[in-house]
Amino acid sequence: MTTVLNPSSPDAGAHGVAQSRGLFDREILGQALKDSLRKLDPRWQVRNPVMFVVLVGSIITLIESFAHPSTFTWSITVWLFLTVIFANFAEAMAEGRGKAQADTLRKMRSETEARRLRADGTEELVAAALLQKGDLVVCEANDLIPSDGEIIEGIASVDESAITGESAPVIRESGGDRSAVTGGTKVLSDRIVVRITAERGHTFIDRMISLVEGANRQKTPNEIALTILLAVLTVVFIPVVVTLEPFAGFSGATVSVVVLVALLVCLIPTTIGALLSAIGIAGMDRLVQRNVLAMSGRAVEAAGDVQTLLLDKTGTITLGNRMAANFFPVHGHSEQEVADVAQLASLADETPEGRSVVVLAKENFGIRERELDPSHVFVPFTASTRMSGLDMGNRSIRKGASESVKKWVTDQGGNVPTDLDEIVEKISRAGSTPLTVADGSTILGVIELKDVVKQGIKVKFDEMRKMGIRTVMITGDNPLTAAAIAQEAGVDDFLAEATPEAKMALIKKEQEGGKLVAMTGDGTNDAPALAQADVGVAMNTGTTAAKEAGNMVDLDSNPTKLIDIVEIGKQLLITRGSLTTFSIANDIAKYFAIIPALFAVSYPQLKALNIMHLHSPQSAVLSAVIFNALVIIALIPLALRGVRFRAANSAAILRRNVWIYGVGGVIIPFAFIKLIDLILVQLHAY
Amino acid sequence: MGFFFTIVALIVLLGFTWRYLGSYMEAVFDGRVHWLGWLERPIYRALHTSPEQEQTWKRYAGAMIVFSAVSLVFTYVILRIQGSLPLNPQHMGGVGSALSFNTASSFVTNTNWQNYGGETTMSYFSQIGALTVQQFVTPAVGIAVAIVVVRGFSRRNSPTIGNFWVDITRCMLYVLLPIAFLFGIIFVAQGAVETLAGTVSIRDALNGVTQTIPRGPIGFMESIKQLGTNGGGFLDTNSATTFENPTGLTNFLSIYLLLSIPFALTYTFGKMVGSVRHGVALLSVMVLLFGVWVGFTSYAEHQNNPAVAAAGIHSTVGNTEGKEVRFGDTSTALFGVSSTMTSTGSADASYDSFTPMGGFGLLTGMMLGEVTPGGTGSGLYTLLIYAVIAVFIGGLMIGRTPEYLGKKIQAREVKLAGLGALVMPIAVLIFTGIAVSIAAGKAGPLNGGPHGFSEILYALTSQGNNNGSAFGGLTGNTPFYNIIGAIDMLIGRFGIMIPVLALGGALAEKNVVPESLGTFRTDNGMFVGLTIGVILIIGGLTFFPAISLGPIVEQLSHGRFF
Repeated sequence: MTTVLNPSSPDAGAHGVAQSRGLFDREILGQALKDSLRKLDPRWQVRNPVMFVVLVGSIITLIESFAHPSTFTWSITVWLFLTVIFANFAEAMAEGRGKAQADTLRKMRSETEARRLRADGTEELVAAALLQKGDLVVCEANDLIPSDGEIIEGIASVDESAITGESAPVIRESGGDRSAVTGGTKVLSDRIVVRITAERGHTFIDRMISLVEGANRQKTPNEIALTILLAVLTVVFIPVVVTLEPFAGFSGATVSVVVLVALLVCLIPTTIGALLSAIGIAGMDRLVQRNVLAMSGRAVEAAGDVQTLLLDKTGTITLGNRMAANFFPVHGHSEQEVADVAQLASLADETPEGRSVVVLAKENFGIRERELDPSHVFVPFTASTRMSGLDMGNRSIRKGASESVKKWVTDQGGNVPTDLDEIVEKISRAGSTPLTVADGSTILGVIELKDVVKQGIKVKFDEMRKMGIRTVMITGDNPLTAAAIAQEAGVDDFLAEATPEAKMALIKKEQEGGKLVAMTGDGTNDAPALAQADVGVAMNTGTTAAKEAGNMVDLDSNPTKLIDIVEIGKQLLITRGSLTTFSIANDIAKYFAIIPALFAVSYPQLKALNIMHLHSPQSAVLSAVIFNALVIIALIPLALRGVRFRAANSAAILRRNVWIYGVGGVIIPFAFIKLIDLILVQLHAY
Repeated sequence: MGFFFTIVALIVLLGFTWRYLGSYMEAVFDGRVHWLGWLERPIYRALHTSPEQEQTWKRYAGAMIVFSAVSLVFTYVILRIQGSLPLNPQHMGGVGSALSFNTASSFVTNTNWQNYGGETTMSYFSQIGALTVQQFVTPAVGIAVAIVVVRGFSRRNSPTIGNFWVDITRCMLYVLLPIAFLFGIIFVAQGAVETLAGTVSIRDALNGVTQTIPRGPIGFMESIKQLGTNGGGFLDTNSATTFENPTGLTNFLSIYLLLSIPFALTYTFGKMVGSVRHGVALLSVMVLLFGVWVGFTSYAEHQNNPAVAAAGIHSTVGNTEGKEVRFGDTSTALFGVSSTMTSTGSADASYDSFTPMGGFGLLTGMMLGEVTPGGTGSGLYTLLIYAVIAVFIGGLMIGRTPEYLGKKIQAREVKLAGLGALVMPIAVLIFTGIAVSIAAGKAGPLNGGPHGFSEILYALTSQGNNNGSAFGGLTGNTPFYNIIGAIDMLIGRFGIMIPVLALGGALAEKNVVPESLGTFRTDNGMFVGLTIGVILIIGGLTFFPAISLGPIVEQLSHGRFF
């Protein structure tokens, strides 16, 4: 059937803004260490209820340490402070990566001068900072575009590598869907007049900086819900620990305040509490690494919830252009003949379709490209003739829509072969486009132009299906063609002859059924649909309207990335859920370490609960506290990278994570607390 | 062997009840049952309401609170002035204010904690008009609240969640009254006492003393006592006496009755949300935990009491101290676990005399929050709170905003479920902390040390969970315990009910997310496991330190921890 080619642009992930840094870049590490001390400020800590309780607890033990100094109380105090610092460190690490990216962007937003057009058409030089919305500026070759705007006059090639990392220049021109320019990009040739569309401080780069820095990062809905759950699990353990003192006192037993604080800190979900904001920041960061800018964390989360993906056929499912795939001769002619004439007709045709005809003829039939004589006249395709071709003196050859070519041939007195319609219909039915080839008054055959489905796309759709996500292909093609491509690409459904209204209606219908919808778009007429969709990814090449309507911008303008975005959204939630489970499951081992130690003096019989056979009450408590602190550090890489995500159905993902983080979370601390205890004994600490 | 047959008969009977009572209740609350329409309609007219007048959750909660407050005052006043009311052949005087407050709170919250001996404190009028009335209406309130949460799941984009007055009327008319009436007849036929005549005096010529035998309208109170998971008996010794629980059959039926509605409501749930499988999942959570606790406690009671064994006395029939020989050790343990795990609190033995591990079984049965299967209605709605938390954590682990039955579990739902789950442990722990710290509280328990602590902890756990079972050994009828207990009970009931109603309202407003392969399954073993995990972790982690200072240390002090 179809030839499957490699995707046109490989993922341009590692350029530009998204310069990826190692997980523990030295520069970031140093800054993070400083920040983690700065963040000990209680005003900062209070935002995180779990860690705030730890901070208060460590202050209590600090006071106790001064009142009743001993190695034990001091050790506990130090480790409790370290727990808070480790949590700060995790957050600072995640922020640090964003800050580094922001610095790169800031350098780019250099202070430039703009050539503003006065009303009378003369130019004046003003600082870019003084530009107002609506001002007109002139940019010529080698000028930096001073701010975001829209080209109202002219055409230019622009180097956007500062933003996209893509070094090839792009063409920007007034009118249509390619008129938007971004401040900080560089004009390489020609002259354009740009109308400024953004105030200072609200340009695209400004938004990017604040996004990657997480300056005004707001908690996402699931993050808020999880914070509430963690607060609940923290609040419930406060009376548990506080009442232990009177409970024990009733039977004449005594408990130490330091051990009670240690117990509280070990019971509240410090692991997830410490890593929660780092996970969120890192999730945004992972998107930036893929050159996608999410305007809000909410959008990233919504991406994980998406149940319907609307994908444009062209560029997402198929390569941008149709390619010649076959030559079908009519009765009495050979394939070779068709190929020969078809190639001749296409020699001067610079469209990708035309090029593909030349290439196919060369590859399959060894017909070399011929030099064109200056006397040969290329007849370009127009909407009215619906044909293109070549006039070589008396000889005229044409390729084009079947009906038009038939009329052209009969007008010259030629005949239409009887089997032509049959061939044309067969090609149409397969979802391809037929181009009839004629040499003078003789019809030779038909070229089959096929949409080329991107390699590997079917596998992606299968994965989506496994995750319960429905894929819908959007195309302007007729239903017949659409159905054929849909089947080949393996999408679940298609919307043929799509208009912006039909797209909008489809999104609304899906949403009324309770589904979340994601789509990509670039044109101004996509804007309403992008705004309506729960996740609207605008292409960076698209119009300002589209970029403003969507809640994400893909700097690479690669619509296939929608699938990656969904995976990142899911990974973000999975990481949170798994670490929450792990954190809670850890409590069991800590109980068995601390409870027997707590009442070791009053109720030595509770030693039976010391199933880990920890050396002494003090080493047991300290081991649990040390484990509790170190596990935060140990999990930072996981929090920043996200837990491994494999496309599978929910049951399989859940089973895997429950085993690793739930059951593992119960077992692992037993082993490590015992290990830390052994080390403490070896060090003769106790 | 007898125990084995008891279990089998119970499973078969409860299985049928689950299926048919469950589906019948769904019809009742859907308004498709009308065989007492001639009685139902005038009630609505009198209340100026109708099934068409639906309420928002706030109005529903308002109606529930008004109704409960009126019930509280009504019960309190009757107890206070019972000396001037009819049906008082023993000429009982008015009940003291602290005890009346405790008792009124106790019966209005479906707890039935009794700081009094019925036969020496309450007139027949109080028993019937105040206490038995509450035994009918409070299960109806509990079930109504549970139905609201279920409607939260079954409705979509709905601002209203039903009508409180209609729900409790239907529940009483079509569910509680007919079943209680039927079983009342059986209890009376089996020999439970039912009379309005006063006590009888017997002259024991041999010993030269006169015995006063209390009587009263006991039989019919018995059936609703168990059916409504109330547990408050007419007589002080509750189901251990032959007057309340005359035969092995009534003992069996008592266990059956108190488990029937709490289990059956899971079928009602499944049917209302359109997936019986989901009901089965919740049932499995209940049955698995219940089964483990029955096994554990029965085994514990089948052993010797470690203190008795230490004295060199060995029994071959388990721990018989404080038990009715008619029922035996394992069957008593079954009764005890059924009663404590359904928030009923009736007793056919002295729980104080259970082995430490047997007592541990009863105490922890309550500490799990009364969800296995829990009280009438309260069991289901509390379990749904835990299920929501389990869904939230599990749902995150698959990378989607968690959903339960298509309803997204977001900040508001987590907050309400968290609040509902927090209330009970915090109330119980803080009140126990107060009781063990101040002189008035320390004076309560009969024993000192860990057992005394267990007695206090048990009392406040029982009241905070609206169970009402008594460990014994605690002098509860003091102003301190009456008041602290009453507050504990009121918080334990309404502190959970209000967030639960809000949860129902929040869920009903939401649209339904269609199910797909990416949806977190809430009708399979994994969900059951996660929910059990959440129940054990919240119940276990919050109470483990307290328990280790009570029954665990006690058991370990006497010997080996088994």
